[in-house]
Amino acid sequence: MTPTATTGAWVLRSVRPLGGEPADVVLADGVVRQVAAPGTASVPDGAAVVEGEGHVLLPGLVDLHTHLREPGREDAETVLSGTRAAAAGGFTAVHAMANTSPVADTAGVVEQVWRLGQEAGWVDVHPVGAVTVGLDGERLAELGAMADSKARVRVFSDDGRCVHDPILMRRALEYVKAFDGVVAQHAQEPRLTEGAQMNEGVVSAEIGLAGWPAVAEEAIIARDVLLAEHVGSRLHVCHLSTAGSVEIVRWAKARGIDVTAEVTPHHLVLTDELARGYDPVFKVNPPLRTAKDVEAVREGLADGTIDIVATDHAPHTREDKDCEWGAAAFGMTGLETALSVVQQTMVDTGRMTWADVARVMSTNPARIGRIDGAHGRPVEEGEPANLVLVDPTASRTVDGAAQVTASSNTPFQGTQLPGRVVATFLRGRATVLDGVPVDPTSEVVA
Amino acid sequence: MKHLLSTQDLSKDEAVTVLDTAAQMAATQSREIKKLPTLRGRTVVNLFFEDSTRTRISFETAAKRLSADVINFSAKGSSVSKGESLKDTALTLHAMGADAVVVRHWASGAPHQLAYSGWLGGGDDHVAVLNAGDGTHQHPTQALLDAFTMRRHLVGRVGGAPDDGVGSDLAGVKVAIVGDVLHSRVARSNVHLLRTLGADVELVAPPTLLPVGVETWPCTTSYDLDETLARRQPDAVMMLRVQRERMSGGAGAFFPSPLEYTRRYGLDARRLAMLPSHSIVMHPGPMNRGLEISAEAADSPGSVIVEQVANGVAVRMAALYLLLAGTSAEGSVQ
Ligand SMILES: [Zn+2]
Repeated sequence: MTPTATTGAWVLRSVRPLGGEPADVVLADGVVRQVAAPGTASVPDGAAVVEGEGHVLLPGLVDLHTHLREPGREDAETVLSGTRAAAAGGFTAVHAMANTSPVADTAGVVEQVWRLGQEAGWVDVHPVGAVTVGLDGERLAELGAMADSKARVRVFSDDGRCVHDPILMRRALEYVKAFDGVVAQHAQEPRLTEGAQMNEGVVSAEIGLAGWPAVAEEAIIARDVLLAEHVGSRLHVCHLSTAGSVEIVRWAKARGIDVTAEVTPHHLVLTDELARGYDPVFKVNPPLRTAKDVEAVREGLADGTIDIVATDHAPHTREDKDCEWGAAAFGMTGLETALSVVQQTMVDTGRMTWADVARVMSTNPARIGRIDGAHGRPVEEGEPANLVLVDPTASRTVDGAAQVTASSNTPFQGTQLPGRVVATFLRGRATVLDGVPVDPTSEVVA
Repeated sequence: MKHLLSTQDLSKDEAVTVLDTAAQMAATQSREIKKLPTLRGRTVVNLFFEDSTRTRISFETAAKRLSADVINFSAKGSSVSKGESLKDTALTLHAMGADAVVVRHWASGAPHQLAYSGWLGGGDDHVAVLNAGDGTHQHPTQALLDAFTMRRHLVGRVGGAPDDGVGSDLAGVKVAIVGDVLHSRVARSNVHLLRTLGADVELVAPPTLLPVGVETWPCTTSYDLDETLARRQPDAVMMLRVQRERMSGGAGAFFPSPLEYTRRYGLDARRLAMLPSHSIVMHPGPMNRGLEISAEAADSPGSVIVEQVANGVAVRMAALYLLLAGTSAEGSVQ
């Protein structure tokens, strides 16, 4: 029997939903049809079988922070290449950041990105709208128009730049309440980081790169949580990277402030010591911090202070990285390594369970992005079949050139990471099988 | 030595070898015929991404006195307008058969990238990279010529050892380095080299011009020049150049005014008089007379600022020689 990737039913045998007891999981008509003890499921005629003994079944991952680069920098990534990479990494939904060219600050641009995502068909693409016109931090973009557009934008961010003007930030926080939106702040005080190249500390002092103080991030987060409290709004803190930021968010949550926070995979494992070789692949915004900060964000993620892991996948062309550190672009890819890094740093260390991974990489980001009707759902009968199947016992050596993303600026080049995405399902259709992306139009022999 | 990128890479023995080789080179420079045949047929490229006529001429003179062929390659470009890329330049130089590249660059780490990226080839046909100043990182030959100058004047006996202190390190020599440490590759290079050679270094600067993280450096720090001069009685005082741009920028200026800087951190006649009589006054140049150093101090008998320039040629000859001709100075130098 040869079901097509689009229409076929699937049975995932002996998989472990959320890392729990083995079950057979049947997918049909885009939903989870049945979750049953191994060997007891009623398998539809012609269902394709995935032998999943020992594999962990999670809700499809949701990235709240992806740079797909289209429109404007199609030489680094396109919606098509980036979403294909996302599927390969186990994602079923991504939020496409607004710092494109033109900037996603109008209904027209967000609808264009949304439509490109639909056409590509690899994951659900939810455009993030810019907070301010042209990301210039001077006046609000038409947030309502983006919210009302076909793209139904709920997350607004000037990511790459900080909404640093306090009155503008207050207005944005207030305004998005009308449509249950959230402002996702890139916390970087601009005056404290002029010309900054890397974390300010022992390493920057020695190797002579301009420092990026932790306080430039922490001061904005502290201000923003107080603003959010004052106006009763929802705030999301992008990619927090310092121990101090974790402390501030922990304090704000204890105080009842409606704040959520994210950490990137790279800030869970890499430190500023890597700058010593001046390889710009390690140049990123916010910068890699110290081992003490890495420990603090791991602890914050484990105890729930940090709600989600988001990739900040930032593809760049070779030219933008094959140059002096000072001239190189900020950013690193992450879609295809995120889950492995979380496994390595949080699961294999015993700090989190697979159910926790589902929470921080699927359920919580879906809720923050207000797409939790379709994504981040429990693995239960009747739920949308947006799922990822992971082999946690596998291990692989990262090779940027072999990745699905159009760019090769992975900071994990040549390193060994645990875990492997075996299959990804978007509404019951396999987008990845046996670790390989499956073209949406192709027929698949299962 | 394969490359000379940072003084942090030099062991004490290596550093002393460079200084001793420089002493031999200096001796040849008082002869009527200054040119040595040592590097005949070898090509040294001066690759300058940042203007510095003084440093370029010093390296050019050094290479020519060793009979090397010299190519001056000045590649304009800044972080704003990238211009010719470092990578393409490196590929070109490798194709041209350069044996050594002397690189001055506005970006910290650019010489390190040249040395280790593979763009200049690798293995047997590797091109030696000599850092002639990168961003706010390192300027190793400046530190070596400073150490050479200090050793000459301060080791063995006060007023200069008869043999330039050959074979010696700088154990016990007290050095004060004063000024814009934050942006100074000269300070970074000197702190590590002087420590390796056994000297005691104190950095003196307004707190705004000391980097966060300086507490891990192998030296002490002070905000008070008068106190440092009185308490430590330094054998050498090295004044760093203060860039005019550090006092502009409104709210971001590093100190309130040039006058206040001079009052608190300038070396003038009064402060000069606080020093022991054998102390030497140093400056990497070019000086801002009247700002970080007064004319009295710059032209005082203890000033070795002009000699630093001459020693720069000898030290750069030594560095090129050791990178290209081998590890000891036997034969051709004699
Ligand atoms: Zn950002």
